[in-house]
Amino acid sequence: MKPKRRPSAEQRRNLRNGILFALPWILHLAVLIAYPIAASFYYSLCNYDALRPPRWAGLENYRILFTEDPLFWTSLGNTLYMVLFGLPVTLVVSLAIALLMNQKLKGMAFYRTVYYLPSITPIVATSILWLWVLNPEMGLVNTVLQKVGLSGPGWLNSPDWSKPALILMGLWGAGGGMVIYLAGLQDIPQQLYEAASLDGAGKAAQFRHVTLPMLSPVILFNLIMGLIGSFQYFTQVYVITKGTGGPQDSTLFYALHLFNMAFVDFRMGYACAMAWVLFLVTLVCAFAVFRSSARWVYYGGEAR
Amino acid sequence: MSGGNPKRWGRRALGTLGSHLALIGLGLFFLPFYWLVITSLKADAEVFAMPPVFFPKVLHWENFGRSVNYIPFFLFLKNTLIICVLSVFGAVVSSSLVAYSFARIRWPGRDPLFLVLLATMMLPGQVTLIPVFGIFRALGWVDTFYPLVVPHFLGTAFFIFMLRQFFLTIPLELSDAARIDGCSEWDIYRRVILPLSRPALATVGLFTFIGAWNDFMGPLIYLNDERMATLSLGLQQFVSQHGAEWSLLMAASTLMTLPIIVIFFFAQRTFIQGIAVTGLKG
Repeated sequence: MKPKRRPSAEQRRNLRNGILFALPWILHLAVLIAYPIAASFYYSLCNYDALRPPRWAGLENYRILFTEDPLFWTSLGNTLYMVLFGLPVTLVVSLAIALLMNQKLKGMAFYRTVYYLPSITPIVATSILWLWVLNPEMGLVNTVLQKVGLSGPGWLNSPDWSKPALILMGLWGAGGGMVIYLAGLQDIPQQLYEAASLDGAGKAAQFRHVTLPMLSPVILFNLIMGLIGSFQYFTQVYVITKGTGGPQDSTLFYALHLFNMAFVDFRMGYACAMAWVLFLVTLVCAFAVFRSSARWVYYGGEAR
Repeated sequence: MSGGNPKRWGRRALGTLGSHLALIGLGLFFLPFYWLVITSLKADAEVFAMPPVFFPKVLHWENFGRSVNYIPFFLFLKNTLIICVLSVFGAVVSSSLVAYSFARIRWPGRDPLFLVLLATMMLPGQVTLIPVFGIFRALGWVDTFYPLVVPHFLGTAFFIFMLRQFFLTIPLELSDAARIDGCSEWDIYRRVILPLSRPALATVGLFTFIGAWNDFMGPLIYLNDERMATLSLGLQQFVSQHGAEWSLLMAASTLMTLPIIVIFFFAQRTFIQGIAVTGLKG
């Protein structure tokens, strides 16, 4: 080992270049992330309407949040509904489509395009389209249901059906998860299936013991991304309900309630408190998923 | 003998079932698109006809002309394109610079800073939303495009991460050879790394473009002046104000979706490869 000495000219040059090249991100971190995190936490302890300077209020915002704002619990419940029901359904459907796409099909590129396009279609356009497709009287879905002898529900007009309607609409975008699964499926070595087949494993057993374990890191990735996305659910419901979260607050999701508090009621401090609660809830959920993933995610033989 | 083996027959039946399911799914996914386009071509009377008309007798192409006059479509298009083009430029330049620092230069503090970058990806945007709004408002940037564009010039964590992973795959010997030839770090970035990274840079550009084209919350917060609205925002306001003009709404939505479809067709490989890289190689 050489004794410690002054940094060489090369080391100093590297430090200078390294910082210079990373400068955009360093600025980003300081101005758009670090300062805002600190400010947001401070605001959450203040009354702040964005016009007058913030006034210290201690834990008042948090107290109101948990004890006096029924809409906070409504919006949290609505959001958890999407996490508990919408997310698993979407994950399963996108995996199912990926499995279908992983067969040798004629016109594969066409299939992939049709399945994938809805997920990159502008959300505003998608939401307007589905507002019309799910129209209780004249919509496509209820017309088709009627043809097979079923009377469709009120979908977005009914407090009981509005969230399932949004989940249905979200399924149209399942192609986004599908391409990620598909890439994962195509990375599974064919020999594994051949070996399983020689051992007498049928299709179901191969799926259970080869496909699922090999795909588990991708499932984890889609689950985490879906989790974060579910807590941010906003644009669709803002367009469909014009920001009201109706009918009867049944689609008032957390991010929408927060937006309304901040930019409609100008209760910025309160909205910041909501944001911190959201952050904690997201962290707890992500942590729980990561903890459980040790038991169900398989990373192959290689050390990671 | 083909067909005589029950196991093989079973497998073939399963295969047929699979391709049938894929076809049914295809129909289900395609139908809303069909409904979008066909509604935008219907006469007003047909839009509300019961039962709904699946195949209109006359296609009213003039609905597209009416819809672009009903809302200031071309103004919104211009605004959207300005934001998209500047964002793409900013994202590609800044993210590649930062990724170069993380992947190709060895300096103290680099690895902790990279960990911080990864951690920020878990941070919900709502946490920083209000102070960032405060900063941009204090700068007098409300009702300008700056709040929507400038952040792209400061790099995006996700794209920096993605480009770093890509730059790491380029052999270090190339940089060393260039250094021996007297190239500076900037020359290496500009003349060695960037030309070798075109597919990855294209992916960043593409996703930034689509993201900016589709963005709604940003314009909603920062653009109050109707003449500054983007297509997403303008279309949403159009719904709030004239909710019942379905054929015109669908025509405008079709027009807004069309460029995305065209871009997808031309850049399909970039898309699919980009998603595979970003989604999996971590």
